[in-house]
Amino acid sequence: MSIPFDVAILTDALPAIARGLAITIGVWITGAVSGLGLGLVVAGAQMLTGRWVRLGLRAYIEVFRGTPFLVQLFILYYGGPSVGLKLPPLAAGILALGLYGGAYFSEAFRSGFESIPPGQLEAAQCLGLSRLQIIVRIQFPQMLVIVLPALTNLIIVLCKETAVLSVVTVPELTFVLTGIGTEKFAFVETLLTLCVCYWLLVELASRLGLMVEHRVSRFLELSGS
Amino acid sequence: MNHLTAEFPAPLIEVRHVVKAFGEVVVLDDVSFAVRPSEVTCIIGPSGSGKSTLLRSLAFLEDYGGGEILIEGELLGYTDRRGKRERASEADINRVRRHVGMVFQQFNLWPHMTAVQNVAEALLRVRRLPAAVARARALAMLDRVGLAAWADRHPARLSGGQQQRVAIARALAMEPHIMLFDEPTSALDPERVGEVLQVMKSLASDGMTMVIVTHEMGFAAQVADTVIFLDHGKIAAQGAPEVLFHDETQPRLRQFLQNYFDRNAFWARRDA
Repeated sequence: MSIPFDVAILTDALPAIARGLAITIGVWITGAVSGLGLGLVVAGAQMLTGRWVRLGLRAYIEVFRGTPFLVQLFILYYGGPSVGLKLPPLAAGILALGLYGGAYFSEAFRSGFESIPPGQLEAAQCLGLSRLQIIVRIQFPQMLVIVLPALTNLIIVLCKETAVLSVVTVPELTFVLTGIGTEKFAFVETLLTLCVCYWLLVELASRLGLMVEHRVSRFLELSGS
Repeated sequence: MNHLTAEFPAPLIEVRHVVKAFGEVVVLDDVSFAVRPSEVTCIIGPSGSGKSTLLRSLAFLEDYGGGEILIEGELLGYTDRRGKRERASEADINRVRRHVGMVFQQFNLWPHMTAVQNVAEALLRVRRLPAAVARARALAMLDRVGLAAWADRHPARLSGGQQQRVAIARALAMEPHIMLFDEPTSALDPERVGEVLQVMKSLASDGMTMVIVTHEMGFAAQVADTVIFLDHGKIAAQGAPEVLFHDETQPRLRQFLQNYFDRNAFWARRDA
């Protein structure tokens, strides 16, 4: 018994697959970076602003964590034009990823900020540091180290969520390979390749995350006291 | 009152009828006292008596429900707006307590910074000194607590006693007029207590005004000008240590002090 595996199907389409992979990596990185930025702003704003802004930010987090990414993408891409937001697939995809990731990242950042012992903040307060200075100088650097493993995890999740963008015709890896698969009726070759590609990306990200983790925790000497 | 103020310098800290409650529980019950320049005041009392809360109120780390705390004549933490008491702004609170330094039981150093960075941080961010000047002053402060050689170590690589001395240097760098100590030796190994008390003694002899919550009765007896015994949120006794520690008239104070005398009985017998 043998599963037919026609390598030629892949090699013939190599340029297209490479383009798809490049787009996947591109939307992943831009989506993750904008998600990280948004998450940081949302987490910081929750500490600095009043009750009503905080309520709004909580609502954002609840909505985007509480609904499937696919549905959010549909609403943005198909529902957007009805409120004047007409985005090309790629832009809609990146925006959706950023919004989705931002909700998760902000929660990671928030829990990180809250895990800094309050005594450290009191000491800073007594010395006259402002609320913002305390966040930036005392809480932020320690928070980053604490949440690094969680961030790596979330970035990996976002990598795999980029596959969803294929449903709004973003020409990323999943879109390209499933296209070839249907066209040539070669699902084994294409889907297997797809899995291997995502797995490699995820592996790369997690290795990178571990490396950064080792570096900063050694640099900051946070272990033990 | 004029003949009094002429005789005594104005107090740096004035606590007037301060009241604080957590819900039903009264933590501070009509507490009043004053601390004059260069005076060392030790606050003693059983745990839960409100001594930490009282000290923390002096840096406005705790708000208080009633009464007044004046730091160098200025009301701490509140403003009077058309007869109504309102919480002051962050900038206002920082202005009133700018000459108050605080040292905590748990040191509360920032673990991601070295000793010298801990000390220099407020000089850089609050005083806005140039980096070289801030570092030089921070090193001088570390030298004063005997830690110049450890300046570039992170807190995790310092002993408890060394960490607490860095914390003292950090507070001193801001040139406080008043230093508050919240059980500064309670988290230390017994062997490390002495080095911290030594630094505090030298501060006292340099004329620093200090308020110290402590369980070190020997230290209080040697260094304090005034000892305040707090019990259930009230000042139950107050006076010079040589008087207070031998006061036989207050059963609650006697009972509290007896624990310490008993613990040290071993030494007393050998001395006799």
